[in-house]
Amino acid sequence: MIKDEIRQFITEKFLFNSDDPPDDDVSLLEMNIVDSVGILEIVSFLESHFQIKVEDEELTAANLDSINKITSFIEKKRG
Amino acid sequence: MIEINLAKEFSYELLSLDCQQETACLTAFISETLTSRLRKQGAVVGLSGGIDSSVTAALCVRALGPDKVIGLLMPERTSHPDTLRLSQLVGESLKIKTILREITPILSGLNFYQEMTSCLRELVPEYSEDWKWKISASELTEERIFTFFWLVVQSPGGEIIKKRLPAETLRRIIALSNFRQRVRKMLEYHYADRFNYAVAGTSNLLEIDQGFFVKLGDGAGDFKPLAHLYKTQVYQLAEYLELPETITSRQPTADIHPLAQGQDEFFFLLPYKEMDACLYGEKNGFSPESVARATGLAEDKVRLAYKQIAHRRNSNAYLRLNPLVIEEK
Repeated sequence: MIKDEIRQFITEKFLFNSDDPPDDDVSLLEMNIVDSVGILEIVSFLESHFQIKVEDEELTAANLDSINKITSFIEKKRG
Repeated sequence: MIEINLAKEFSYELLSLDCQQETACLTAFISETLTSRLRKQGAVVGLSGGIDSSVTAALCVRALGPDKVIGLLMPERTSHPDTLRLSQLVGESLKIKTILREITPILSGLNFYQEMTSCLRELVPEYSEDWKWKISASELTEERIFTFFWLVVQSPGGEIIKKRLPAETLRRIIALSNFRQRVRKMLEYHYADRFNYAVAGTSNLLEIDQGFFVKLGDGAGDFKPLAHLYKTQVYQLAEYLELPETITSRQPTADIHPLAQGQDEFFFLLPYKEMDACLYGEKNGFSPESVARATGLAEDKVRLAYKQIAHRRNSNAYLRLNPLVIEEK
């Protein structure tokens, strides 16, 4: 499931596999889970893992700032 | 989080310094710090030709005398030609001893140039060492408070190629670029050890608050006389200290990448004067509306600047931390 894969990546990469992953609606930036480069790491993961191309104009908080937002973005990209 | 007080009205007057008093306070701080706390016999300042290092050196001269201050000039082969010319000018105008240490051979020994070229070629295969390049940051928008970056390269013929930087390449470029600031600081400490001097840090409040410095690079120092001053205040001091006009009228440049760029294109989202106003307003509880009135910026832009200032301060907090240890019980 897309959401599980995204959650797993974020938990592994930024939270040292914490047993307490962030809520799916939590802002990754506001909670300081990722910084600007962290967002780019998520983008690199999304592009390689889901075989998509993220355009400059799609680099927005609305698409990338929570697990739920990222999931919706990927679902939309994949049609 | 600071509470916003709608009754307070921001004005640039709030950033206005009594330069005579400030200089007296800073020179007392420097001489007291060196003699009583650090027990050093003088100060080493890395001169870049920029406003911060020039003012720092001038304050050290006022506090200690010109014979107790050494200016280090440390260009490398991709530095802007102004870097050496202007830092020599500052050294001459302050009548201090300067030591020229070209850092190109040290960087070559670290494989800096070769690795940087191979890193840039991953994105732009036609890139070669006679091309110029820079990293350009995305603009701040309502939809995005984080930043992404483009690599911009320019061929000798003037052709420009722009590619978005993936995280991995960006981290490699940052890690390599930071060699320059760390090599310079290593040399500053070398000469400090040699003469029993202290190293003057040159960061100002805006840079420290927002994390625009390299940890153990330009962010390091034994004392930092400008750490409480906004950039506009550093310019006020520069005029009061009668630094050469070419220094006081020069716009801040990053001089990090070979292709020319201002600091606001690389790191800060606004020119320094507006950036100072937004930072002062955000830190001291002034409403975005009030800062917008004084600066002429749109209210939305100030509101966004407040958000990004807070975000950067938090995400770069680790840069300001000393090594963490278990606290004694």
